[in-house]
Amino acid sequence: MSAMIMTFALSYAQIALALAACLAGWRLLYGPRAQDRVLGMDTFYVTAMLLFVVTGIRVGSPFFFEAAMVIGVLGFVATVSLAKFLIRGEVIE
Amino acid sequence: MSWMETLPAWVAIPVALFLMLGATLTLLGTVGLVQLKSFYDRLHAPTLGTSWGAAGILLASMLLVSWTEGRAVLHELVIGIFLMITTPVTLMFLGRAALHRDRIEGTPGIPGAVERSDIPAPPGDALADPADAPGES
Repeated sequence: MSAMIMTFALSYAQIALALAACLAGWRLLYGPRAQDRVLGMDTFYVTAMLLFVVTGIRVGSPFFFEAAMVIGVLGFVATVSLAKFLIRGEVIE
Repeated sequence: MSWMETLPAWVAIPVALFLMLGATLTLLGTVGLVQLKSFYDRLHAPTLGTSWGAAGILLASMLLVSWTEGRAVLHELVIGIFLMITTPVTLMFLGRAALHRDRIEGTPGIPGAVERSDIPAPPGDALADPADAPGES
């Protein structure tokens, strides 16, 4: 019973998060301006991180969690540096 | 997958509910990201995924791993707290970048820069003409 509930919930969460990543990727590809693309990339990072956490629950391995943490940190750094590039035209002055 | 057969229902049901809540909210946030019209509206949509979307999935992971390990596993709090701290920083920074670019290009409907004495005016901003600036040059 609980195995069925968990299989359904994990499959639903994985499919919904994959769909969310596709929508964020659509904004990343077709965003009319540069800031839209950066926002799409930030959302893509967060969605991929959550997808890693859910996959880690499903597989039962702690390594997915560490990968998710690295993705979270990298997403923050990438978005901040891209926003700085949009303001200044340089990342490191 | 060995944990699935021994999982009691009182753990499985909250974990499943939190997982589905988080995934649904993240999906709704990205639907908003695609659907909304202006960039400043779209800036708000993904925060659905970074607030309760992430919180639901991380709570589900915490509950399930705590039960399977037989002790309190709170690693996921690190991701949650980090996400809660960094999301406002990145999105406000991105909003400022978009505002700066829109002011330089003179997009209609964008409010002009407010003059402040404690920070120097950025060179490209559409300020009132410099004759209005107070005092020293």
